[in-house]
Amino acid sequence: MNQTLGRGTILASYSILAVGAVIALFPLSLMIVSALKTSAEIVANPLALPRALQWVNFSRAWTDAQLGRSLLNSAETTGLAVVLICSTSSMAAYALARQIARGWRWISAYLLATTTLPIQLYLFPLYFGFAHFGLIDNVFALSFVYTAIFSPFSIFLLRTYFLAIPKEVEEAAVMDGANRWQVFYKISLPLVSPGILTVALISGLNTWNEFLISSTFLQSHDQQTAVVRFYTLGGQYSSDWGEIMAAAILIVAPVLIAFLLMQRRFIEGMASGSVKG
Amino acid sequence: MPFLLPALLINIVIILIPALLTIAMAFVEWDGATAPTFVGLANFRAIFADPVFFSALINNIKWTAIFLTIPIAMGLGAGSLLLVARRGRTFFQVIYFLPVIIATVVVARVWQGMIYNPESGLVGWFKLYGIALADPLARPPTALYAVASVDLWHWWGFLAVIFFAAFRQVDISQIEAALIDGAGFFQLMRYVLIPAIRPTITLMMIMTIIWSFLAFDFVYVLTQGGPAYSSEVLSTLSYRYAFYNYTMGPAAAVALVISFFGLIATVFYVRIQQKEGI
Repeated sequence: MNQTLGRGTILASYSILAVGAVIALFPLSLMIVSALKTSAEIVANPLALPRALQWVNFSRAWTDAQLGRSLLNSAETTGLAVVLICSTSSMAAYALARQIARGWRWISAYLLATTTLPIQLYLFPLYFGFAHFGLIDNVFALSFVYTAIFSPFSIFLLRTYFLAIPKEVEEAAVMDGANRWQVFYKISLPLVSPGILTVALISGLNTWNEFLISSTFLQSHDQQTAVVRFYTLGGQYSSDWGEIMAAAILIVAPVLIAFLLMQRRFIEGMASGSVKG
Repeated sequence: MPFLLPALLINIVIILIPALLTIAMAFVEWDGATAPTFVGLANFRAIFADPVFFSALINNIKWTAIFLTIPIAMGLGAGSLLLVARRGRTFFQVIYFLPVIIATVVVARVWQGMIYNPESGLVGWFKLYGIALADPLARPPTALYAVASVDLWHWWGFLAVIFFAAFRQVDISQIEAALIDGAGFFQLMRYVLIPAIRPTITLMMIMTIIWSFLAFDFVYVLTQGGPAYSSEVLSTLSYRYAFYNYTMGPAAAVALVISFFGLIATVFYVRIQQKEGI
């Protein structure tokens, strides 16, 4: 195709794409530069580079803002949610792919519909239910909420992986006397492990970043996830933006590293089900 | 059925049962502590009498209009240009996708502190050159658009990547034939590229409508719906009724209104997804 395009067209295309990249990167570079400046420096000139690198912003975010503790809470919630989502979704996806449950079409329509519901449609009774059973401030109880919310997407993603397995592979195992569970666990599940990794990454990302539910259910400082703790750090004009941006980097770093290492899988996973035709 | 049981059980306990309770809650008066009393349609009458409800609804409609046009146009533009950019394609995709993976609260604070803030942000930097700008989040006429811009920055890269993936499936000989016939960029888009990926665009538009009525995080973190409710949307209004005013009935009633708008789009969404056997 590039032979039919003029040099000018190609140059113009790259220029516009570069503008897009600048738009995407500008706020992020301000985040990084500001995390290394003092508050006074930021106010004196928001775009200037730091005179001396203020690594102290990071240690203050870690200890004073108790971000260390809240990152651990995030890791716990995310870890349990990922395990629950991967295990329950792979089983459900297998059932829907092999159509072994009656009414599977209705079940999948129901699950698909729940992904479009406003959280406010179930948040309030859920909150009072959790309060009744003493589950407020419980990061593990929160993992179950995330499992419910993020598993439909995971089920549909994994279902396509199960559908790609030739029926003959499973039939051969049945001939050898394996039952449904053995076929699923020993034959099919290992074959969809790339799909499970994708689901773990996407649902892990979503859980790590989630705000509305976690800020409603986690109220005490000790139990807050990193995102909720970060929210309470400030936002007033008098805020210490150097420290806040350092905290932002600490929260984004694990996600960013995972994304840069496995960007293809992230993008494919998030795009799945979106490209039609 | 045992295979489906764990996933369905968690889904029903966390989503279905509370959703049904919310429907019931819309018809009672309840402060979250004392015994609820049945009030019929009074909660709906109350929210329809609240001028903030209508400004929130209009804000949701404005939000939908913004997200149906600007990010989709940006995504189509960048997605098609990525076809031309053979080298550096992956690089640009990764850059465009970075804002998508960053937590909404972090994105919101970065924009609040480093872009919009008149002391510490880009807006404040202009002051050094004698251009005095106000914080766009603090003024009623601009607040909603300032919030939407942040979400837009967070969102458009996703569409660029999706549309590029769709464009790649277009028959290359069709594109070359059009180019040989002397088609310019806009003609190529209008007659070849956009018709070829119409199903993907339709799906993205339906999801945009659904998500526009769910928008919460950026409004809540950046403006709390203010100043003077100028950036309030239905989801933040519902949250305010529940956890600030302790009036569960109106909170549930607003949640039902949001669901109603989403429902129509959801029917189309489920149909499209099931057409492919999902």
